[in-house]
Amino acid sequence: MLGLTEEELTAVRLSLRVALWATAASLPFGVLVALVLARGRFWGMSVLNGIVHLPLILPPVVTGYVLLLLFGRKGPIGAFLAEQFDIVFAFRWTGAALACAVMGFPLMVRAMRLSIEAVDQRLEQAAGTLGANPVWVFLTVTLPLSIPGIIAGMVLCFAKAMGEFGATITFVSNIPGETQTLPSAIYTFTQVPGGDAGAMRLTLISVVLSMAALLLSELMARQAERRLAAA
Amino acid sequence: MTLVVDVRHRLGAFSLDVSFESEGRLTALFGRSGSGKTSIVNLVAGLMRPDDGRIVVDGTVLVDTSRGIVVPRHRRRVGYVFQEGRLFPHLSVRRNLLYGRWFSTVREKRITFDQVVELLGLGHLLARGPAALSGGEKQRVAIGRALLSDPRLLLMDEPLASLDEQRKAEILPYIERLRDEMAIPVLYVSHAIAEVARLASTVVLLADGRVLAVGGPADVLGGSEIVPIVGPGEVGAVLEARVASLDVSFGLTSLETRAGPLTVPRIAAGIGSTVRVFIRASDVMLARQRPEGISALNVLAGRVVALTEESRTVVDVALDCGGQRLLARITRRSAMAMGLASDTPVFAIIKSVALEDGGRLASWERGPPARS
Repeated sequence: MLGLTEEELTAVRLSLRVALWATAASLPFGVLVALVLARGRFWGMSVLNGIVHLPLILPPVVTGYVLLLLFGRKGPIGAFLAEQFDIVFAFRWTGAALACAVMGFPLMVRAMRLSIEAVDQRLEQAAGTLGANPVWVFLTVTLPLSIPGIIAGMVLCFAKAMGEFGATITFVSNIPGETQTLPSAIYTFTQVPGGDAGAMRLTLISVVLSMAALLLSELMARQAERRLAAA
Repeated sequence: MTLVVDVRHRLGAFSLDVSFESEGRLTALFGRSGSGKTSIVNLVAGLMRPDDGRIVVDGTVLVDTSRGIVVPRHRRRVGYVFQEGRLFPHLSVRRNLLYGRWFSTVREKRITFDQVVELLGLGHLLARGPAALSGGEKQRVAIGRALLSDPRLLLMDEPLASLDEQRKAEILPYIERLRDEMAIPVLYVSHAIAEVARLASTVVLLADGRVLAVGGPADVLGGSEIVPIVGPGEVGAVLEARVASLDVSFGLTSLETRAGPLTVPRIAAGIGSTVRVFIRASDVMLARQRPEGISALNVLAGRVVALTEESRTVVDVALDCGGQRLLARITRRSAMAMGLASDTPVFAIIKSVALEDGGRLASWERGPPARS
């Protein structure tokens, strides 16, 4: 296929795995935080909002370095997780997934928050008077009505994860087969003489994957919207 | 059933301070927009929490701030029919109807799904989505949805306000059947006097967040407290009438009232059923002798009870027609020329325009025949 070398294929597969895990693992947190930001009214909302958006504003290298400090082998959280649950992030593909999730999180939350805010709160009130407690109101009214935005948030997070470079390489380095994702592999190719062909092949794959994700999300969102409009 | 509302609440510059009790099957909150009607309904539903007060439905305390009781809205079992329907756009009509059913904890359902579908004529709509419904159909589904949640009280916030006359005509008979056939009390918000006259068993008159009067529709809608609310042109009297006979060839219905017989354009209510009609004071003319050869179909004999000078030109004449109160608005000059005084015998001519109005009221009966 496209004459990819084994090394290049590994990078593609690793990137897909990292991006899928980053998206799936941050989904429940993303929905929760989006809900809190959209509907909550408490002191410290702007602090939470700031923390969520921080990775969007900070240089990715800084985010990667903070992750290294916190989740590295000697970091407070990393050491605890390694000791108690045998979960290690440093220089593993799981660490790449964590870095991608953190970088994609603000994009995910932003899209979801906007679509939850767009849900008519009067419908939620109506559900309440019909006997639904707040959890059921969320599950049966708010969530189904904000599905298009939730899909959009997932795709944005996935796309960001596919392309994440700075935080990943800072946090988990660039180890072929373990943490060398597509962008890292392209970067490596550009650093060696005669690597242009490889870089070009991976760049093409990168473009195709991103376009496919975007088209898929458009399709799913349109379908969800059609279902809502028809209902 | 009893409904006790005794609340004080502040909303910016508006303050609500109301206290009333009602035993009626359909209690209407009547007043201009901004008088606090919707606020009261929202307080009962639990969408707002009063600063201070008590709300009790049939012995069940929903709110008692002195005892720190505020039941959350999903445990109140009040069915709320909103002005704009508020159907769930992502669910079919069937699933909208069954939404509250799912959460209802009452084991013995008083109302079945089939009953509601039949009562509101929803059978052919079940598979559709809310976007494919007309305004009237949406309101019927909203009423059905509220009924099926097994409420102890049904709240209706101007359910007809967003509909045109024809759609109103479509829904009113359903609300009457609801009132008469279901054992669920209704708290009904409206600012349309004819609607209240027709539906209410108890009327709570509201202005600027205060209760002006509570009582039967004839007393409250015909009383003097209503004048500042509806304006001087809209005062009148409520008559309770029984459908006596139909005249198919002329398309007319004969009604029996305490004041005497009334003929109105044909209505759909069955013979023997009772309806309430509202007759505006400005639609009543007076004569000292029984008039002959006039186009008006309805002439009622009575006596003058009282004259109230509304201005230099206008006088309101309260009449007693066979024990039924009637109000006529005439010029002061006519009153003097006719020599009207207390106890003068007169004939009240209800103008054809008045009957057109009465007819419009009556034409709302069209739709499925109300059961008697």
